[in-house]
Amino acid sequence: MKKKFQMENLDCANCAAKMETLIQNIPGVRSASMNFMTQKLTLEADDDRFEEILEEAQRCCDKVDRGCRILRP
Amino acid sequence: MTKKQKLSLLRIILAALLLGTAIVLEHLGNLDSLLWWQKLGLYLLPYLLVGFSVLREAVEHICHGQVFDENFLMATASVAAFCVGEYPEAAAVMLLYQVGELFQSCAVGRSRRSITALMDIAPEYANLETPDGLAKIDPEEVPLGSMIVVKPGERIPLDGVVIQGESQIDTAALTGEPVPRTAAPGSGVISGCVNGEGTLRVRTTKGYADTTVTRILELVEDASSRKAPVEGFITRFARWYTPIVTLLALLLAVVPPLAYGKDWSDWIRRACIFLVVSCPCALVISVPLSFFGGIGAASRHGILVKGSNYLETLSKLSTLVFDKTGTLTRGEFKLSAVLPARGSEAELLELAALGEGYSNHPIARSIRDAWGQAAELSRVQSVQEIAGQGLCSVVDGRKLLLGSEKLLKARGIDFTPADKDSTLVYVAFDGLYRGVLVISDGIKAGADTALWALRAAGVEKIAMLSGDRRPAAEAVGRTLKLDQVEAELLPQDKVAALESMLKATPKNRTLGYVGDGLNDAPVLTRADVGIAMGSLGSDAAIEAADVVIMDDDLSKLPIALRIANKTLRIVRQNIAFALAVKFAILILGALGYANMWLAVFGDVGVSVIAILNAMRCLQESHRDCLPRPFYS
Repeated sequence: MKKKFQMENLDCANCAAKMETLIQNIPGVRSASMNFMTQKLTLEADDDRFEEILEEAQRCCDKVDRGCRILRP
Repeated sequence: MTKKQKLSLLRIILAALLLGTAIVLEHLGNLDSLLWWQKLGLYLLPYLLVGFSVLREAVEHICHGQVFDENFLMATASVAAFCVGEYPEAAAVMLLYQVGELFQSCAVGRSRRSITALMDIAPEYANLETPDGLAKIDPEEVPLGSMIVVKPGERIPLDGVVIQGESQIDTAALTGEPVPRTAAPGSGVISGCVNGEGTLRVRTTKGYADTTVTRILELVEDASSRKAPVEGFITRFARWYTPIVTLLALLLAVVPPLAYGKDWSDWIRRACIFLVVSCPCALVISVPLSFFGGIGAASRHGILVKGSNYLETLSKLSTLVFDKTGTLTRGEFKLSAVLPARGSEAELLELAALGEGYSNHPIARSIRDAWGQAAELSRVQSVQEIAGQGLCSVVDGRKLLLGSEKLLKARGIDFTPADKDSTLVYVAFDGLYRGVLVISDGIKAGADTALWALRAAGVEKIAMLSGDRRPAAEAVGRTLKLDQVEAELLPQDKVAALESMLKATPKNRTLGYVGDGLNDAPVLTRADVGIAMGSLGSDAAIEAADVVIMDDDLSKLPIALRIANKTLRIVRQNIAFALAVKFAILILGALGYANMWLAVFGDVGVSVIAILNAMRCLQESHRDCLPRPFYS
């Protein structure tokens, strides 16, 4: 499943790149791209574990920049 | 300004007042009577006011194993400065860092907004026809095939077909084309365009997810995920630069005092300068921002670039190969002469109209138009298309051949080749040569200006591939002064011809192919950059190409090239500028000539300048949109 999420408080480009790398390394993630300019995360991951992976992705963001949130639709 | 930015500004102002007072008092000698810790406290107050969040994040990130970020570097640098007794500098570094961050965040916010404004073509609502009248709903909720009403001045929410009403439609937001298109019952309308004076009833033909405007927005948004090689370079560079500079800072702080017995505080101060300039932010922000701006500026002209990498490819273009029909020429064929060898002109034309009766090819249409009557298709028994040669059909029980010289030769039919610079359709009926139809296709208006502008933008070789007869293709080649013309190519030959041109392309330069994206998808894919023209509403072309030009105006090509060149020029300027300043400060710092103030400029100052420069990619100077005049 591939989904796009709006990000909140994504303030530094370097952080976005770091988050992207961390999220890409979560097991079950097929592809992840963090767009700094449009503040959007495109996540492609296994369907059955998607929710779990999304939470893990949020933890990755917390590690890099506290206050940066993945907004759920 | 957001709430966060306002809060930050307030803190900065307060801290600046406190720090300013402290510095003034110290200079006036009022602080001489204070103990060292009282003095420290006086400077710690403004420092913590602006720096507390930085310190907290630095500690948190270390706990998470993310050591080398700017928070850590700034925290270490300022704490070290406090340790060696440089109180005012320590507080000032943090204050300036926050000023820079605030400025940077505003600049990023501004460019984000101007980019979103650029992409503000998404419709907000649709007027759905329901039994109880019109309902204003979200375009996403409109079912496929339902009836919607587009009122004057409204944005068309979904792709569809006009059922009722007439209007002029402004496609400028999508194509950059100022001339409106006419919409009348039966004609298709495209989402994202703005309706003119009339009210239209439209039956939707696509759901919101597949509608043109959604696809375009997605394309532009996803474009920045296809990174250009230079972006990859920056990412790798950033990964190594910070740890290396930090390590150097550590060595600088420890080695000279230990090995040569130098003054600790002096060398720690020099190390702090290293830490302050060790953030690669200027590069990491400005490079993608430049590309994004370039892609945004291009989309304003109706040019969709599907990735930053294609902007880089475009900027290195040395060879540009065109398809002939519909790309360099208008693609509107007109029958210009009927030359019968046997029988009358009318007989010949009727035969041809019958043979082409089922074909959708533009040439077939031009023949049918010239015949002017409805062909009696019941007389046509079977039609077989021979790729690149023509049609073979059975009319009134006898065999009819329509097509090129090759077709007739292959069937052993005796004929006299006509000597014309145009497209020729030979007609043979029942084994006898009957004559030839001469069909002409005009060169697009503005083609020569566009090609001239392309050469001015750095294209060295312009070539053309065509399936058409050699004399017809060469006539176009001569008129437009093309460097190479390959004619009489079957679809599969086009790929081979392109490959040989690819081999001839100089190293580090690229080859582009321009076509309509419909029957030349393999060639589009094979080229370094495939450009499809006239693609508004054509999904296949949007899919196959790397760069999509929504209308069929050739002057968009030099615009695309100039935007690509400008973007890459700005990217290179930023990289060179940021690296030069940082390295200069590193060297001066190591030698003891730089102070903290300079170092802070090297960090946030450079970032801000690079961001401002990158934002130039978004602006179009007048020069970028118009073909340059013919002087020089």
